[in-house]
Amino acid sequence: MKALRLAMTRAVGGFALAATVTLPVLAQQPAVSGPTLDTIRQRGTLICGVNTGLAGFAQPDSQGVWRGFDVDYCRAVAIALWNDPSKVRYVPTTAQNRFTALQSGEVDMLARNTTWTLSRDTSLGFDFTGINFYDGQGFMVKTSTGVKTARELDGATICVQPGTTTEQNLTDWARSNRINFTPVVIERLEEVVQAYVAGRCDAYTTDVSGLAATRSAQPRPAEHTILPDVISKEPLGPLVRHGDQAFADLVRWIHNGLLTAEELGINAGNVRQAAQGDTRPDAQRLTGRTGDLGRMLGVDNAFMVNIVATLGNYGELFERNLGPIGLQRGPNALWNRGGLQYSPPFR
Amino acid sequence: MSEITLNTAVSGVPEAPSRTAPVRTTGAVAWARQNLFGSWWSTAVTLALAYLIVRWTIGFVEWAFLNAIWEVPVVNGQAQTQACREIKGIGACWAVITEKHRFILFGTYPFEEHWRPALVCLLFVGLYVVSAMRRFWNWTLVPIWAVTLTLIGVLMWGGVFGLSYVPQERWGGLPITLILSTFGLAFAFPLAILVALGRRSKLPAIKMLCVLYVELIRGVPLISLLFMASVMFPLFLPEGMNIDKLLRAQVAITLFAGAYLAEVVRGGLQALSRGQYEAADALGLSYWQKTGLIILPQALRMVIPPLVNTFIGFFKDTSLVLIIGIFDLLTAGKTAIVEPAWQGFGIEVYITVGVIYLVFCFAMSRYSQDLERDLNRHRRR
Repeated sequence: MKALRLAMTRAVGGFALAATVTLPVLAQQPAVSGPTLDTIRQRGTLICGVNTGLAGFAQPDSQGVWRGFDVDYCRAVAIALWNDPSKVRYVPTTAQNRFTALQSGEVDMLARNTTWTLSRDTSLGFDFTGINFYDGQGFMVKTSTGVKTARELDGATICVQPGTTTEQNLTDWARSNRINFTPVVIERLEEVVQAYVAGRCDAYTTDVSGLAATRSAQPRPAEHTILPDVISKEPLGPLVRHGDQAFADLVRWIHNGLLTAEELGINAGNVRQAAQGDTRPDAQRLTGRTGDLGRMLGVDNAFMVNIVATLGNYGELFERNLGPIGLQRGPNALWNRGGLQYSPPFR
Repeated sequence: MSEITLNTAVSGVPEAPSRTAPVRTTGAVAWARQNLFGSWWSTAVTLALAYLIVRWTIGFVEWAFLNAIWEVPVVNGQAQTQACREIKGIGACWAVITEKHRFILFGTYPFEEHWRPALVCLLFVGLYVVSAMRRFWNWTLVPIWAVTLTLIGVLMWGGVFGLSYVPQERWGGLPITLILSTFGLAFAFPLAILVALGRRSKLPAIKMLCVLYVELIRGVPLISLLFMASVMFPLFLPEGMNIDKLLRAQVAITLFAGAYLAEVVRGGLQALSRGQYEAADALGLSYWQKTGLIILPQALRMVIPPLVNTFIGFFKDTSLVLIIGIFDLLTAGKTAIVEPAWQGFGIEVYITVGVIYLVFCFAMSRYSQDLERDLNRHRRR
């Protein structure tokens, strides 16, 4: 019975989707629907899977309120749907149970610094909706050693955590560059950092975002240098379950909207003003005065105005959450400032 | 017989030479002399160890109290922890506890509603105290438990009596640890008794089932059961149907504890002499009368030490739920120091969390010692 009802909901959802695509004129709010989006709307809250605690990306503060870069993406979706950032339930997920949580419908979306890979996109049944953070594995050394690039690490002792792809990447990189090293493998983050600080290893390797967080937590950050070499690609982004393109589109275009806002110089301070008087066509489309773009996604046309007014644009999100842990924009700068963050036209 | 008056030397017997006072053979000094300074070797060991203990104690007191920082200024919601970083290794930064104690205790529970989990913790402690008192060891305990557990559920969830609804994923900290261990053991214990009896049953099907259950569950680590409950189980359910994550973990912990406790109880059943069974049979008691009136009271009191051992073990094992993203006391403590400003103050947080665990475990252990002494008075040798 349950399965039948589900199948029917899906069929109806699919029909509604088809209807919007073919007959946009007849579409009423909510014009766009899909199984996930319908469930979310019916429930009235978004259930967002986040990290159990990662500095800058998702962590509860002293009062138990979730804060962070990924958390803000959950908030943005809630603002788009209901103009209310508090309508989110955060489910802390670990590296082990995050995918099941999304597959089984325990959460609606994951904003949990997850690397976009082919197998996750296909056989696990997910849709990655964009890359909100370009990460990659790097090295940190003590400034006093004078090491300038990772190639000088031949013969070094390197601290690494086991189990993740970090260890594998390190071995692959060393083999392809003919570098000999002695790994010091320590499971717990604090202990591996302690070992590096105490001088048991010459270098410490993990994702650059993690290195920056560790560095900023040291008594004298200047004593440590993050080497410019990045030996792996870790494109992180929010992801949703297969089967609801409408919801995937919404999350994708929220990210793109945040980038576009930064590109146009629209921020939390001036967005209301821009919504009134900005004459640039791009700005008019972003703020929903022309183009009917929000309606196409099934939300209010001014959804980006609400999001940017509450949370800021991509740059502001980055500075507020990742600035304090010492992360530079680097590859996450906009494409026209030498970075990789690029939004397709918001039109 | 000639009269000998006191204080006069017996004629012909020389006055006894005055003797030194006898060496004390009792008291603290004598004990120390005998055990700590018995030979030059043991004197050396004593002195060396005493030196180390004094050094360590002084070091600890200096670190934990004299050089410690109890509070740091907060500017614009950002804690200024530079002062703490300066004295790292020299003094403790208890400011992390001052700032984060409510998070460590109650996790992400809504801040203004923290009185609810606090009350829940008190209710749990009250429940333990009442259950420990022998005067309540009768049927009144059943309604007491039922009412208290319902009250705890109402307080945690809310949604009635004007309390706002708090979904389960926002629960955290000490209440989670207490809920998991209390409910786990409360359900596991009756289950364990049934399984232990079943394993000694003469009915092959029941016996098989019980053996299979115990061996299967004991054959895998708790962590893999939690994984099954958290990662595999949801995939078998139809889409859209979700069983609460905490409940799944609770069931896994209950099943696991049940298997271990069953073996403990079975040990007690086997230690009981055959005569007790035969005497009960001879009185014409039915199986359940025999078990309830003769066998179990004797068997259970024999296994109090291993039972409490298992209880204490499970109280601490609940911290394994961290791998499925539930914020119990230990995980909340770990998460508290994720924030960049507070990174690196793990020792202070772990000491605090350790003290909380110690209080509960030590209370359990002391209580079981008293209980064991009182209940086994008749067999003391």
